[in-house]
Amino acid sequence: MADTLLAGPTTTAPARRGHLGPSPWHALAYVAPALVVYAAFVLYPLGRAVHLSLFDWDGLTLATFVGLDNYLDVVTDGDLRAAFGHALVLIVFFALLPTAIGLVLATLLTRARVRGLPFFRTVVFLPQVIAMVVVGVAWRQLYAPDGSVNDLLGIVGLGGVARAWLGDPTFALPAVGVIGTWVQTGLVTVLLMAGISRIPDQLYEAARLDGAGPVREFFAITLPSVRAELAVALTLTVIAALKTFDLIYITTGGGPGNRTSVPSYEVYNRAFRLGEVGSAAAVGVTLTVIIFAINLAVARIGERR
Amino acid sequence: MISHTERSANYAILLLFAAIALWPILTILGTALGPDDAGGTGGLANFPAAWEEGRFGSSMLTSIAVSGFVVAVAGVLSILAGYAFGTMRVPGAAVLFPLFLLGLMVPTEVIVVPLYFDLRTFGLTNTFWGIALPQVAQSVAFGTFWMRAYFRSRPQSLIEAGRLDGAGSWRILWQILVPPGRPAIVTMVVLTFMWTWNEFLIPLVMATDESLRTAPLGLAFFQGQHTSGLTLLAAGAVIVAAPVVVVYLFLQRHFIRGMLEGAVRE
Repeated sequence: MADTLLAGPTTTAPARRGHLGPSPWHALAYVAPALVVYAAFVLYPLGRAVHLSLFDWDGLTLATFVGLDNYLDVVTDGDLRAAFGHALVLIVFFALLPTAIGLVLATLLTRARVRGLPFFRTVVFLPQVIAMVVVGVAWRQLYAPDGSVNDLLGIVGLGGVARAWLGDPTFALPAVGVIGTWVQTGLVTVLLMAGISRIPDQLYEAARLDGAGPVREFFAITLPSVRAELAVALTLTVIAALKTFDLIYITTGGGPGNRTSVPSYEVYNRAFRLGEVGSAAAVGVTLTVIIFAINLAVARIGERR
Repeated sequence: MISHTERSANYAILLLFAAIALWPILTILGTALGPDDAGGTGGLANFPAAWEEGRFGSSMLTSIAVSGFVVAVAGVLSILAGYAFGTMRVPGAAVLFPLFLLGLMVPTEVIVVPLYFDLRTFGLTNTFWGIALPQVAQSVAFGTFWMRAYFRSRPQSLIEAGRLDGAGSWRILWQILVPPGRPAIVTMVVLTFMWTWNEFLIPLVMATDESLRTAPLGLAFFQGQHTSGLTLLAAGAVIVAAPVVVVYLFLQRHFIRGMLEGAVRE
């Protein structure tokens, strides 16, 4: 052992590969199984989706090439425009509201040194691990005409506004949105709590010596220090808003009318119910491009720090 | 530093938001344990009744098989690929690794459409493979990224020492690097398990046969039947959510760490 150790340095230089580890092809063999499955079931379908999106196809008979017509539809077709509009509304509920609430909550709780934070974290994160289908079933019950949302409104004297929330043309979309706020707030709060707890205490002490109040402290220290966490929180929640398929499927099925249809629901509906496979693929590709763009933009913002 | 009233206010806020987070969960639990749909005593007896009526025996078994397969296969493939990307010079790594990262962003919606029509050509729709393999591929994207970060964090000297002892790359991986990597591997396993168990769109599109329905899919169909009342539906929802929630309660650090750090990338 001692001999080999001593001999080490002299042998490294010439036989670099032999000493520093496996050959490139050897390394590739370790990657190959994952790559094959990944390429066959993610990369290839992704390319095929782009291909399909250029055709008018019902899934059974011969497809006709239509160029970018399906993409034109995304901009001109009333139903699709409505779906993308609904997605924007959901972004407010899934991303902006949870981020605002999470910032306030995390700031208050982390600096206050209250007890019971681990329990709180476990509880508010819980909605993240429950299947969306189950979340949908639970909230349908809360939103039912005789459900506890209406009961609660009755108790605070607002019995007049009680309704079948998910069946109401005006309120169905915000009602679905509130479910998203409920699911995402915990994730954002826990993420920001972790970020805030990493801010050194001295920063706050210095601010207090300068006579800064809690509000100035928040804008001068807390907010800039958690920029990275905020960027991550917004990416995750905006993407979750854009991928709301199961929740819509379970709670409203896109209805009433098409008041709660979203792009991801349109993909399913068009491909597997209406037989408009090309259009479905175009909506899917558009959705993917939007998600890539959001990720890139956020990565850029993160780099600029 | 902090006044008494401020502290009380903070506790009030803590309790309020904990209550909001628990409200829908406790409501569904309460309904599931309440009187049955005919007005009888119900209680715990609702669970076997829902199990029977919603045929959860079959769908839970499918979910266990699919999740078990995806977790095991994706786990091993991710460890192998992450090991290579993290410790070796992989030819074309500058292209290959970002290609795997791409998979973290690709939404299921876009791949499920061509997957259905292409797998139909091979007679693979409505099979176990049609449900499981796409999810292995999606999990491998995250797993490779996650395991590479772990292997890169290992000191190079550890690998060198193994080589000097005459261990090949295979033995170095399984005998030197994997045993201390248990926390990283457990995190990957619980996240993959959660994602696979909760997945809805892929089984919805792929499984046309009732015998291939996963648990969330079984619950959706149970809701669609007009015969099932609120109590049985609630009991079914509890059954479907339970496995992941129980694992979460035991290993919550892994869930939270994985979902936060995995998202932060590097």
